[in-house]
Amino acid sequence: MAGGQERVLRRRIKSVQSTKKITRAMELIAASRIVKAAARVEAARPYSEKITEVIHHLADGGAGDQSPLLMPRDEIRKVAYVVVTADRGLCGAYNTSVIRKAERSLLADRAQGRDYSLVLVGKKAEGYFRFRDYRIDAAFNGMSDTPTYEDARQIAAAVTPAYEAGDIDRVQLVYTRFKSAGSQEVVETTLMPLDSASLGLHMTTDDDVTVGPPPVPPAYEFEPSPAEILDRLLPKYIESRFFEAQLEAAASEHAARQRAMKAATDNADDLITKLARIMNRARQEQITTEIMEIVGGAEALRGGGGLMPDDFLADTIENRKEDLFRER
Amino acid sequence: MAVLLVSVVSPENILFEGEAEMVVCRPVDGEIAFLPGHEPFVGALGAFPVRIIRADAPEIAIAVHGGFVEFSENRVTVLSDVAELPDQIDVGRAQAAKEAAERRLATDPEDLVAVEALTRANLRIEAAQGFARTP
Repeated sequence: MAGGQERVLRRRIKSVQSTKKITRAMELIAASRIVKAAARVEAARPYSEKITEVIHHLADGGAGDQSPLLMPRDEIRKVAYVVVTADRGLCGAYNTSVIRKAERSLLADRAQGRDYSLVLVGKKAEGYFRFRDYRIDAAFNGMSDTPTYEDARQIAAAVTPAYEAGDIDRVQLVYTRFKSAGSQEVVETTLMPLDSASLGLHMTTDDDVTVGPPPVPPAYEFEPSPAEILDRLLPKYIESRFFEAQLEAAASEHAARQRAMKAATDNADDLITKLARIMNRARQEQITTEIMEIVGGAEALRGGGGLMPDDFLADTIENRKEDLFRER
Repeated sequence: MAVLLVSVVSPENILFEGEAEMVVCRPVDGEIAFLPGHEPFVGALGAFPVRIIRADAPEIAIAVHGGFVEFSENRVTVLSDVAELPDQIDVGRAQAAKEAAERRLATDPEDLVAVEALTRANLRIEAAQGFARTP
């Protein structure tokens, strides 16, 4: 039946329209969250900037860094990957690209005979790696939307002791950096050992321990000693790096979702236009067919006498007017 | 007269930012008061209130549960991952927590969790009262 096709299309359009409403709503929600998440990234900045500054001062004060967090290991046997993804999908390639980057590095490490340890943040990463039978050492869920400092502390607590104990020789952090609402990028950085050069710390080797007073006289008083403060400060620094990564990832997630949902809404619009055209054509065809049938019937009657054929045609069209020319 | 520029920064936000005449805090070896013109200083803080004494406003005591203080060029920066402003502290709750911790310590003096809880509660009460004390 020709009418069947039209009905199917009408139903299809309705379903696309309701999907569009959902994607539109998600787009708007994500857009409003980007602003909030970006503000949190900004709010966290003073702390990490200050903590870096203090580390610089400690370095100037001659904090000889014997901290295990700073010492590069001679042999890398096991690498920990901290992978920050979202708990939810519907955000385009956001999760996949982080996971892919982490998995690629992990496999490259394994090809070199290094063991791995996975610390996963977000349900999506856990789902992916669990399905592929990777060994997961820790997984954190339910914190990707609005991470708190406490969450970052938990992640640090899952990694730092193993590193300090020498069980892990390197810690890689894979997350999405939020550059702006329009641009995010997946990055992989080495979190432990900390890069002493970028922190302004000069590594003390056995040779220069005895090289008299430091070149610049220490401008600061320290209490307790610089080395002791540094030992306390570095774990905090690592926590704040995790926190920063989580905040950036959260902002990126919202941005990615907003973009994905905008694309979905636009697609729904296109689809609706296309389906409406097909539907209209189907209806036109059906009307044409019906008119042809009526005309054909009238022609047949003309030959047979009886009813006046032209009257019959006029009557039929009059009776079925609503049907034939109803608003679409 | 020179004033101090004080900021108390936590990982999630800036808790306090403003001018002050004097800042009193306690690094590991005893209390230290910063006045304008103090030597540059970096210290690790224990759980102790940081008192900010201001000329034109009442004193503020911030409950800092461990952190760091930096002083340079009349700027005081307190970094702390857990710090509370007096008006964020629920004194009733802190009091209850204090009593609960003391009860636990009475039965088991080795209970480290209770010791920590007691320190926290005492700090909160002290900071909150420091604020209430001033007119």
